[in-house]
Amino acid sequence: MPFAHDHLLGIEHLSPGDITTLLDLAGQYADMGRGGAKHSDALAGLTQINMFFETSTRTQASFELAGKRLGADVMSMSMQASSIKKGETLIDTTMTLNAMHPDLLVVRHPHSGAVDLLAQKVNCAVINAGDGRHEHPTQALLDALTIRRAKGRLHRLNIAICGDIAHSRVARSNIILLGKMENRIRLIGPPTLMPAGIGEFGVEVYENMQEGLKGVDVVMMLRLQRERMDGGFIPSEREYYHRYGLDAEKLAYAAPDAIVMHPGPMNRGVEIDGELADDINRSVIREQVEMGVAVRMAAMDLLARRLRERQSPPGVMV
Amino acid sequence: MTHIHITNARLIDPENGTDTLGSLTMADGVIQAVHPEDSPQGLETGTQVIDARGKCLAPGIVDIGVKVCEPGERHKESYRSAGLAAAAGGVTTMATRPDTLPAIDTPEVLEFTRRRANEAAPVHVLPMAALTKGRAGREMTEIGFLMDAGAIAFTDCDHVIQSTKVFSRALTYARAMGALVIAHPQDPGLSEGAAATSGKFASLYGLPAVSPMAERMGLDRDIALLEMTGARYHADQITTARALPALERAKANGLDITAGTSIHHLTLNELDVAGYRTFFKVKPPLRSEDDRQAIIEAVRTGLIDIISSMHTPQDEESKRLPFEQAASGAVALETLLPAALRLYHAGALDLPTLFRAMSLNPAKRLGLPSGRLSVGTPADLVLFDADAPFILDRAKLLSKSKNTPFDGARMQGKVLATFVDGHIVYEAP
Repeated sequence: MPFAHDHLLGIEHLSPGDITTLLDLAGQYADMGRGGAKHSDALAGLTQINMFFETSTRTQASFELAGKRLGADVMSMSMQASSIKKGETLIDTTMTLNAMHPDLLVVRHPHSGAVDLLAQKVNCAVINAGDGRHEHPTQALLDALTIRRAKGRLHRLNIAICGDIAHSRVARSNIILLGKMENRIRLIGPPTLMPAGIGEFGVEVYENMQEGLKGVDVVMMLRLQRERMDGGFIPSEREYYHRYGLDAEKLAYAAPDAIVMHPGPMNRGVEIDGELADDINRSVIREQVEMGVAVRMAAMDLLARRLRERQSPPGVMV
Repeated sequence: MTHIHITNARLIDPENGTDTLGSLTMADGVIQAVHPEDSPQGLETGTQVIDARGKCLAPGIVDIGVKVCEPGERHKESYRSAGLAAAAGGVTTMATRPDTLPAIDTPEVLEFTRRRANEAAPVHVLPMAALTKGRAGREMTEIGFLMDAGAIAFTDCDHVIQSTKVFSRALTYARAMGALVIAHPQDPGLSEGAAATSGKFASLYGLPAVSPMAERMGLDRDIALLEMTGARYHADQITTARALPALERAKANGLDITAGTSIHHLTLNELDVAGYRTFFKVKPPLRSEDDRQAIIEAVRTGLIDIISSMHTPQDEESKRLPFEQAASGAVALETLLPAALRLYHAGALDLPTLFRAMSLNPAKRLGLPSGRLSVGTPADLVLFDADAPFILDRAKLLSKSKNTPFDGARMQGKVLATFVDGHIVYEAP
């Protein structure tokens, strides 16, 4: 199935077929990553610019490595330190970079919708690396690939997403993706960390973690986004850990072969028990990081193919 | 003085709630005669006769809450551009907002704006003044001097006066002066930082949102202060179903309270923002479809008295930003009437009801004689074709700012001519 998107802005725009296409290709890149020769030239001659308006270590590194493994010329810019500080608008900064003819722009921004806005103004492919509390599509895709490899399928699974749903773009993208692939989704967390109107999302909501975890196949923990807190969402970290932190006792309510996931970076002892996070029999957190590179390679590869098609329509010799 | 006789018109009379064919004569700036049938006899020589061909003639719109960006941001809208836009939109009186830079909070600034308005605008301009200095919510303005200088009402616009002590004193003082206070009912704590109405839509789009309850809380607070002070009060925009019972009770209890709503909250809902379209970002944010329907019904019953454009010019730069950072507000002087006619064409409101809310009630609330089709009242009128279809092109708006949510929208209803004090101030090309 051809991948007919110019940008990857959110899971919302993808069909189940698109998701499968992406994951299949990512699976191949994951295998390549484990082999000796990790290099391909799918993006040879193309320029990739990573624009991060919000700090990131793992996502930025993952995109950078993915681009390099595919042979792109990669430049990473930390936008917080640059012209934005001098009062330049997002669009002006974007147009400036666009004038340097990049082929792929990877963008993270603290405001929801900022990446959509930027994508309307440029003529290269744009990948959303996280916008505000809206979407983080490559994270949801790497989670999906991790689940598919661990569970052998990506449908009809009981999946619990736990913690700070309200502030999490990872949760949004995952709810959309896992819903599209016909899984049963449970959201677990204190009501202060649940977004409004959650009842209309086609998910089950639990305030009691033990109850919510009963029999689930996948436990997805979210980072407690302390830097996003206006204050007053939870009484204290220790009370949060007591009620919503994942430990062996709570995990015992899930299916015996349930896997534990976390998008990182983890707050050990706040949302997840340190030992559990390191338990190679239950935790697939390391594999998530590995799949991250593979999924980003696949996404950039598919967008680059599309880009080349657009630049030289079929039948036209260049 | 010119005499104008409009024959064969569909007369929309909001006072009597009628929509009938007839003719109307204006002379010396006032409506001289209204005839149920055509009676061209007895016209003075030299009278200009206009055949309306069955199109609608209604009292000109009295628009409370128009932002003209003078002083301070004339590149966004001047009295000239706003006045031309108003005339083209059938708005014959603009009650202008004081949320300028600087705020209109002294008699000196008010006099400047009145002078500018009189020179430049072809329609009536009635400036409102800030209720507190700098709209900062701390000290009341010189309400008495400002009234002497011509302030028609007092409002801090979208700034809610947080201190109930300051607000209650300002209301008490305003009552003694007989001044009308216009407030923005909204709980400032809950609504802080919000760009959308909380619910499924805002959650999906990851936008900071405010519960519709914040409006009711703001209104409840203001109503309590009205009971305490007895002031004359108008709520600028009531946009949620939950606020309506409180409004109804306050009116039943005999408080001097009226309420308005904006044309955007009557014709658009939160889903229109899809794709982070910042031209749909208004304050308060667009609401759910259920709320929109409830507000239309409240206009029909008269619980909500007034429809305003809440005309708010913004330049491209302040809108070409991520949704959260983008400025709020939309221009609407020229789209108020065609947008309102959507409600007429949808069968929700008849024309006398619409003009009761757009012309009669706002005029009454401001103590103006206009807004009616009665003999002896000012000849401020709009002649329009309620059915003429068109596609709105924002580039053709006369407002300096083009931030309309209706760009490219199919609309019905064109102004054919606008009259102010018996003179034609706009004629359709």
